[in-house]
Parts: sequence; structure tokens; C-alpha cells
Amino acid sequence: MFAEAIEEILKDQCTPAVVRAIEAGGSPAVLWNAISDAGFLELLASENDGGAALSLAELFPVLIALGGYAIPVPLAQSVAARALLADRMTIPEGMLTFAPGLRRLNDGRLVCPVVPFGTIADHVLAQDEGRLLLLPGASATRTATGVHGSMVATMSWQIDADSIHTDLAAGTLSAFGAALHAALLAGAMRRVFDMTLQYANDRSQFGKSIGKFQAIQHQISVMAEHVAASLIAAEAAFPAGVPTPPPLASAIAKARTSEAAVLVASISHAVHGAIGVTEEYDLQLLTRRLHEWRIAHGSEAHWNQIVGRSLLQSGQDRIVDFVRSASV
Amino acid sequence: MTALLNHFRLASLPPEAEAFREEVKDFLASHMPDSPPDVRARSWMGFSAEFSRAMAERGWVGMTLPQEYGGASLNAFSRFVLVEELLVAGAPVSAHWIADRQSGPLILKYGTDAQRRFYLPKICAAQAFFCIGMSEPNSGSDLASVGTRATRTDKGWRLSGRKIWTTNAPRCQYMIALVRTSGKPEDRQRGLSQFIVDLSLPGVTIRPIRDLAGDAHFSEVFFDDVELADDALIGQEGGGWEQVTAELAFERSGPERLYSSIMLLDHWIDCLRRSGDAEAHVAVIGRFATHLATLRNMSVTVTSQLVQGASPVVEAALVKDIGTEFEQSIPAVIEAAIAADPLAVVDADLYRTVAYVSQVAPTYSLRGGTREILRGMIARGLGLR
Ligand SMILES: Cc1cc2nc3c(=O)[nH]c(=O)nc-3n(C[C@H](O)[C@H](O)[C@H](O)COP(=O)(O)OP(=O)(O)OC[C@H]3O[C@@H](n4cnc5c(N)ncnc54)[C@H](O)[C@@H]3O)c2cc1C
Repeated sequence: MFAEAIEEILKDQCTPAVVRAIEAGGSPAVLWNAISDAGFLELLASENDGGAALSLAELFPVLIALGGYAIPVPLAQSVAARALLADRMTIPEGMLTFAPGLRRLNDGRLVCPVVPFGTIADHVLAQDEGRLLLLPGASATRTATGVHGSMVATMSWQIDADSIHTDLAAGTLSAFGAALHAALLAGAMRRVFDMTLQYANDRSQFGKSIGKFQAIQHQISVMAEHVAASLIAAEAAFPAGVPTPPPLASAIAKARTSEAAVLVASISHAVHGAIGVTEEYDLQLLTRRLHEWRIAHGSEAHWNQIVGRSLLQSGQDRIVDFVRSASV
Repeated sequence: MTALLNHFRLASLPPEAEAFREEVKDFLASHMPDSPPDVRARSWMGFSAEFSRAMAERGWVGMTLPQEYGGASLNAFSRFVLVEELLVAGAPVSAHWIADRQSGPLILKYGTDAQRRFYLPKICAAQAFFCIGMSEPNSGSDLASVGTRATRTDKGWRLSGRKIWTTNAPRCQYMIALVRTSGKPEDRQRGLSQFIVDLSLPGVTIRPIRDLAGDAHFSEVFFDDVELADDALIGQEGGGWEQVTAELAFERSGPERLYSSIMLLDHWIDCLRRSGDAEAHVAVIGRFATHLATLRNMSVTVTSQLVQGASPVVEAALVKDIGTEFEQSIPAVIEAAIAADPLAVVDADLYRTVAYVSQVAPTYSLRGGTREILRGMIARGLGLR
């Protein structure tokens, strides 16, 4: 229900032209205001606080939709951040994002490397062991990555005096960030898949649509397998009945979707031929995201280690028992 | 257009099925033959009539069949749990495997009342083992070109021809054979029918075929004017193709397609833990868990569609193809890992197990339909052909 409602807004307000404009440095205000005026920032907030009180399971389809539109603002992060901050501290206005990590330098400076939407976010949530920090974007030094079209930036602060903090179980933020990006990846892959299938039916060579060639059919079938796996892996990180994504399911979700992202991007481009890599064709808006989101909050190289270590420490003799405990 | 992908939403096993798991584990704890991992890794091929009978005494052979025929009237969720536990333990399942999964449900669906009353109790008691006679020397992926023929006589049918790759033929009482009852191989799907062939009849010759690992699980089966009674025909004459298609959906939809090399994976992790070398492989172990968790969820989802009465043929093909890729990656990765250092001492059981699994792993994507055939089915399900 909420997924359909937000798709309506995204269809109008988050067109490929809007995504391109924001990526090029244009203001996200129109898109952001349309979303926040419609109440979509409060999806997880309680009904008392004027929110929709969605469970994580109900939030999942919304995130799939956001991924499919290559959402160029930190909406997924802001919705999650507001849920984390509620009851802990006053929720600030504006765009909130998650820092994948936080380091303290010897001179006391704080550094958050490669923060998604670091170039435009108003506030950053970061986690330092058992503490949740709210850092103001206004006083940050932002260093963009310089990657074409990317809003990722490394952010640093002179001191953390003007940050506010509260307790949060260690690992909560990174699991949430991983789960959100797994869902965004799955949503983007789903859309990339639809575009590729459509293109295979539309494009003709040697007198028939290229989708009639067995080599192309097999590539698209493999892509379908990995997109199906990604959707189900991501969904498992969003159960009903818990306030934040479970760490192990989130780790599995991010690892599985990040691995699939490379394959899905490469098959979609292979099937599209040269047109797919052009600026004017929309596929690239999504395949650039696939790589960016694969890296955000750690790739499969990071999360598979977390999963592996957790398996070794679980004391389970059989891998099946371990994975069953990961998907309740 | 991509409705197919919408079918992959998370489902879970109901609590009854999880409670049943404890029963199965208890049973295995007391009935599993004590064998080394390279023997347990043969699970699919491991033949033990005694083990199958012990399972039958619990009602676990033909467990989804109705109680009136000796089944347990349990659903596909419970079967999922049973199959998962059997394969993870490396139990010798091959005696009853095919009758349980395919022949029993086929007879229930298409058989006459008399056929059901005769065969199903025998299947559920593990007294009748079945094999599948689909493939022929000239009919592999292209099953529609089957040439073995049954012709009408005054008493029934006369069967002539030859089947190949028939798993367990020498140890089975019956074969369900796909044969031509009219027309020629050029007529393709038309004119095909299925027969239940009693393998003790005169004119049946079985020649085992040895495989690359030294085992003989499949065979050639020759039919020289084998006289079949009238009631050997199962289902409709000429309906063989439709029946076989339905049967293959059963063959592909279970959790069987994830666990062929699970024994090896568990044994490898166990060896790493004992030698203290696990940390060096932590990402690889994690990746296997990541993939298995996801595949298992996909397989549970397909099972839940079966329970709801759907026929998830394409979904099953999709899970089988990606599942066999996972099964095949296990021996490939472990073979490389154990030999990364030529001076390292390798656990002898592990060495034999990885060698065996590596040798037979190519069959995982052949039996039950090849990778290319499955990808063609997925493409059709996506509307590409
Ligand atoms: C361990 C094992 C047990 C088996 N048990 C049984 C059994 O009990 N009963 C039984 O009846 N059969 C059994 N089989 C046979 C199995 O079903 C066949 O091996 C399978 O259907 C493939 O047939 P084939 O081996 O003749 O290969 P072929 O059909 O000759 O195929 C060879 C290659 O060509 C490819 N190919 C063929 N057609 C196409 C196409 N249209 N498009 C693209 N590629 C194509 C195939 O994918 C494959 O890669 C068993 C096989 C194995 C390995």
C-alpha cells in the first residue's frame, strides 16, 4: 500500500531527468519536499508521533521501490534514522544519512569515510562502539569522491563537541545500513532486470528479436536467478516484530546482493549492447548505483567474513543448522 | 512480464514441520549406518534396503501419500524437513528415493484404483523400489524422440527397445517407462505413454554401467519382446508426455538440489576447526553460508507454493539451476583450498571426500534436466520464447 503510494510520487517527482539533475549538483529540495510533505519520512514512527508505524517487513517493498528509481536523496536512511532517534533525542530537520564507519584521528578529529549522500546530507548518524552520534553536516568538511554523478563524500569534523550522543547496541547502525542497501540493491536489480527483458524483446538483429537467441535467453535466465536470490536474501533482513534488522540476516543480505550486483550489471550491459552505456539511456542510472551500493557499508568481501566468523563461533556442526538460525 | 520474480517472497516452514525435525534427528541418531564421510557423501546414490525399511516403519517412505495406502498424509513442508535432515546426515536414501518422490505421487495422480491399491502400500512399506525409464541412447534432453515401443497384443502389450542411465535398475522391482505406443519418433510428444514394467519379467536384461568414481548406480535396460499385462499402462494411452512433465516438476522442486555436496562442506569446516586454520578461510565459509541461507529460503518458498496446490514448474527449474551451481562450487573451492600448500597434511577422509564429490559433481546439473534445458524453461517462463 505504502509502496504503491510512494511509487506514485516517485513516478512524477523522481523521473530520470530529476535524478540526472540532482546528480549534477542541482537542488534536491523539490523532490525531498514532495516526499516529506506526503509524510513518507515518518513511515516507521509510531502513530502517537504522527507516523505510519510500519513494521520492517512492511517497509521492505517501499525500499524495493526506492531502489528501482535510483533514489538520489537519503530517504531510506532518513526513515531509518528517525526511527533510531525517536525516544533518544530530538529529531533534527532535513536529510539524515548513515556513516558506514567512524574513526578518531590523533588530533581529535572525527572522520567518516565514504558516506552515502555525504555531499548533501544535513546530518550524519555514526556509531562509535556502543554510542550513537548525531553529527551536523553544516560543520563538516566534505570531500567528494570525484566519481562521476556520485554524492558519496568523506566527512570530517574538527572535534565532536557539537555532536550529540546516546546509547545504541554496538553493530546496530552497520546492520541497518547493510540491510537498507541490500534492499535498495535488490530493488535496483529488479528494475534493471525488467529493462533488460523488455530490451531483449524490442531490439531486433538478424531479422528477429535478440531475446529469441538462445545465448541471450540463457544470460537473462541466469540474471533472473540472481535477482530472485537477491530479493529473498534482502527480504530476510526485514522481519516483522523487531525494531532494527537482525545482524546475521543483514550480513547475509548485504553479501548476497552485493555479489549479485556485479553479475546483474554486467549481464544487463551485455544484453543492451552499446546503447546501455550511454548517458542518455536510463540503464546507467541504475548500474552505477549497483556498484556504488555494493561498496556502501561494505561489500561481500566484508560481510562474508562477518558471516563466516559468526558460523565458526556458533558452535554449530552443520552449516544447515547455522543458516536456519539466520532466517527465523 | 516478470511475474516470475514476484513469486520469490519469503516463506517459512510451519512449527509442525520444525517439531517433526526433532523426530527425524532422533531416528537418524539411532539408525544411521556408521560410515566415513566419503561414503556418506554418496547419499543420493547410497543404497540400503534395510535403512529404507526402517524409515518405512515410521511412515516416512511415501510420507505425502494418503494414510489409506500406508502413507502419512503429511505435506511437502514435512517432506522438506525429512529430505534436508537425510541429506545433511548423508543417509543412504537411494533405495526408496525415486518411488517416494516421483513414482508414488504419479501413481496416486494417474493410476487406476486397482493400481493405487496394489503399488502404493508396497512403496510405503519399502517393499517396492522404482526406477525411471525416460532416457534412451538417442533420447537425452530431447525426450520427445523416445523410440522404445509397446504394441498391442490380445492379452496386453509387447515391449521392445532400450533405456539407459536408469538409476538403480538392478535393485528395483519396477520401472516406470516412457515409451511409444503409436506413431514414430518424428511424431514427437504425440503417441507416448507410460508403463509400469515389472523388471522380473522374461525379456528384461539389465546391464550396470560403471561410473568414473568406480560406482555402478545406473544401467542399461533392454526389453526384448517383454509381454506386459493390460494393466501395466499407467494413465492415458498417448498421455505420457503430459504425465512426464508433471513428474519432472516433482523431481526438480525439492530441497534435494542444494545438498548434494553438503557432507563435504561440513567435513571441511570441521577439519579447519580442528586444525585451527579456519580463520584463513573465514570469508569463503561465510560465502557458502550466505548462499546456502538464500537458496534454502528460495527452496522453502517453492515448497510453500506446492503446499498451496500450485505447480511451480518454472520456479523449481530456477532454484534447481542456481542450486546445482552452488553444489558444484563447493568441491571446486575446497579442492583448491586443500592444495593451496603442497606441503600441508590433508585429512585422509577429506581428501577422499573432495575427490569423490569433484568427480561426480558434473552430474548434479545433468540428472533431472541439464542446465541448458532448465535455462530454456526459465526463458520460456519469462516470455522470451
Ligand atoms: C547420475 C545420473 C542419473 C541419471 N538417472 C536417470 C534415470 O534414473 N532415468 C533416466 O531416464 N535418466 C537418468 N539420467 C539421464 C539424464 O536425465 C540425462 O543425462 C539428461 O537428460 C541429459 O541427456 P544426455 O545425457 O543424453 O545429454 P544430451 O541431451 O545429449 O546433451 C548433451 C549436451 O547438449 C546440451 N543440449 C542438448 N539439447 C540442447 C538444446 N536444445 N539446447 C541447448 N543445449 C542442448 C545439453 O544441455 C548438454 O549440455 C541420469 C543421469 C545422470 C548423470
